[in-house]
Amino acid sequence: MKKHKVSEIVKNLNLKVLSGGEGLDRKVSGGYVCDLLSDVMGNSKEGQIWVTLQTHKNVMAIASLRDLAAILLINGVNPDEDTIAQSETEGIPILGTDMPAFEIAGKLYELINK
Amino acid sequence: MMEPMHLQYELEGGNFTKAGFASSEIKKVLKQLNVDAKTIKRIVVSSYEAEVNIVAHAYSGIINAWIDNEKIVLHFNDKGPGIPDIEMAMQAGYSTASPAVREMGFGAGMGLPNIKNNVDLLEINSEVNKGTLVKFTIGLTPEMN
Ligand SMILES: Nc1ncnc2c1ncn2[C@@H]1O[C@H](COP(=O)(O)OP(=O)(O)OP(=O)(O)O)[C@@H](O)[C@H]1O
Ligand SMILES: [Mg+2]
Repeated sequence: MKKHKVSEIVKNLNLKVLSGGEGLDRKVSGGYVCDLLSDVMGNSKEGQIWVTLQTHKNVMAIASLRDLAAILLINGVNPDEDTIAQSETEGIPILGTDMPAFEIAGKLYELINK
Repeated sequence: MMEPMHLQYELEGGNFTKAGFASSEIKKVLKQLNVDAKTIKRIVVSSYEAEVNIVAHAYSGIINAWIDNEKIVLHFNDKGPGIPDIEMAMQAGYSTASPAVREMGFGAGMGLPNIKNNVDLLEINSEVNKGTLVKFTIGLTPEMN
């Protein structure tokens, strides 16, 4: 398994970069899909891309505290203003897709594990 | 040998925009002190959960952190409704979070279990209609873990 950069994932899966472009060089170790914050806090791993529909600022707090590689928002949802601001400060990208979680997670899994 | 350090932060109930600030400040200090990544992880998971519990369930709170060469000691002291049955609150999946808080993705009932799984020593004292004091210790040296 090769470690992709966030930028390669963006390119391969045709994702939008919504904020935090400075962090596109971050290395991706895998993915985690969940909308329950305590579950992500307890069970995600460093370097993962977190797939979620939560858009408020606490997702950035978790991404930063857990050293996640990026946040990937599904279903075309947009991050809140203060979430964007935090993403810029931390240099952790927020990515976006119009796809639902199941589909984008499948593609992400295939790409990362190939 | 480092001088023992004391850090203090205030929290407002209901103000989720500030949740995580104290934990992130503590993380910065621990990184500067070259604490290993695994131990930092355990500390920030526990500290974040205790911090969010004050914001989600209480009215106001104060966090105190003491760091020395051997350990970090954290106290989360709040004014709030208190916890009537601590044993029940510790069970995974138990939550009294409001619908608004659940909509944000909190309220899985996993915060206290996350804390328990990551700390070396844990004590919770609570008085209904007064408040809650969550105290925990995490060792910073391999021997204590
Ligand atoms: N500081 C507190 N003051 C009052 N009640 C609390 C406090 N901390 C926890 N509780 C009670 O204990 C329950 C369980 O807490 P726990 O952190 O495990 O789950 P949660 O906060 O409901 O959800 P999650 O942490 O998964 O977002 C809470 O729902 C609440 O009833
Ligand atoms: Mg909680």
